[in-house]
Amino acid sequence: MNILITGGGKPLQFLCRRFLAKSCRVTIVDQDPEECGRLSRQLRATVVLGDGTNPLILDEAGVREADVVLAATPHDADNLIICQLATRCFSVPHVVAVVNDPENETTFRDLGVNAFSATRVIAGLIEQRTAFQEITNLIPLGEGRVIVTELRLRDDMPAVYRSLSELDLPPDVLVACLVREGRAMIPRGGTELLPGDQVMVISLPENHGPALRAITGERNEWDRA
Amino acid sequence: MSNHQYVVIVGCGQTGSRLANRLSVMGHSVVVIDQRRDAFAALGAEFSGFCLEGDGTDKACLDQAKISQADLVVAVTREDTVNMMVAQVTRHLWHIPRVVARVFHPALAAFCRKLGLETICPADTAADAVLRLAGLDGGPAGVGDGR
Repeated sequence: MNILITGGGKPLQFLCRRFLAKSCRVTIVDQDPEECGRLSRQLRATVVLGDGTNPLILDEAGVREADVVLAATPHDADNLIICQLATRCFSVPHVVAVVNDPENETTFRDLGVNAFSATRVIAGLIEQRTAFQEITNLIPLGEGRVIVTELRLRDDMPAVYRSLSELDLPPDVLVACLVREGRAMIPRGGTELLPGDQVMVISLPENHGPALRAITGERNEWDRA
Repeated sequence: MSNHQYVVIVGCGQTGSRLANRLSVMGHSVVVIDQRRDAFAALGAEFSGFCLEGDGTDKACLDQAKISQADLVVAVTREDTVNMMVAQVTRHLWHIPRVVARVFHPALAAFCRKLGLETICPADTAADAVLRLAGLDGGPAGVGDGR
């Protein structure tokens, strides 16, 4: 997999490490000579010094061979144009922008560019993780349209000693899997939930709060705000 | 443009301010947007429009400029990509009938035209003017953009 990234900075460096660990070939285009020097010393990536909004620089950086272009400069307008160039001039199959201003997420999508805001993703994760104490893991899937939540049941929760079919769950919520005493099982409607069970709940974001409330009995601090 | 027009200009540099002054003298309604307040000093005494300090790619700022009523939007900040973003947002999301972007870099300007936007590239314009002055006009356009 060939990945071309425009932009620099610490978070991007960690991202590159991950891609490289998965044996992707990474090319980074950045305008700052110092940052380019740092990146090329610290990463096994090809580093190109130049302006990623310049089609000639992108071409030189091998954009035609890229499977993925990630535009993550500090300037959203640059990120938009880089993505559009990659898609329309160089036919790159997967193009994503990391926007700085969360509002630009929808603007970019309306203009046909796949975008996400790191700020919004992090804020969402913090809200969801801190809202319920018992959540041990939380994974947004499908660009956040589906949420998988892992939580451990306590004996004071309304869901314990009740079967799945007795739970007052909102629609579009599935208790998909549970781990009891180290053994994984796929529960059915008649399965009784017990204290200590680790349950995996799949839900749509809008039903995430109500579903967890139905299981844990906790109130979401963020819903009240 | 003989009838009265509502024009929003993003970027109050040399081009933006001159355009604002001239449109204002012609009797059109003009709003100029720039991120730097001191940029508005370039507007002459003849300018009777409004100045708005803000980011032309920002929805709230465009809202404040009453962009939805604009007949013409001109994007002439010093950043090519900002001009291209402003042009696309106002053309495609606000459906402004006429939108013009200035793009300095000829290769980007060519791409901007490909996106279906009315584009002014000063380098192309100057080259065309020279050829015309020399009586050599009609030469192929876009040859010197390095592509």
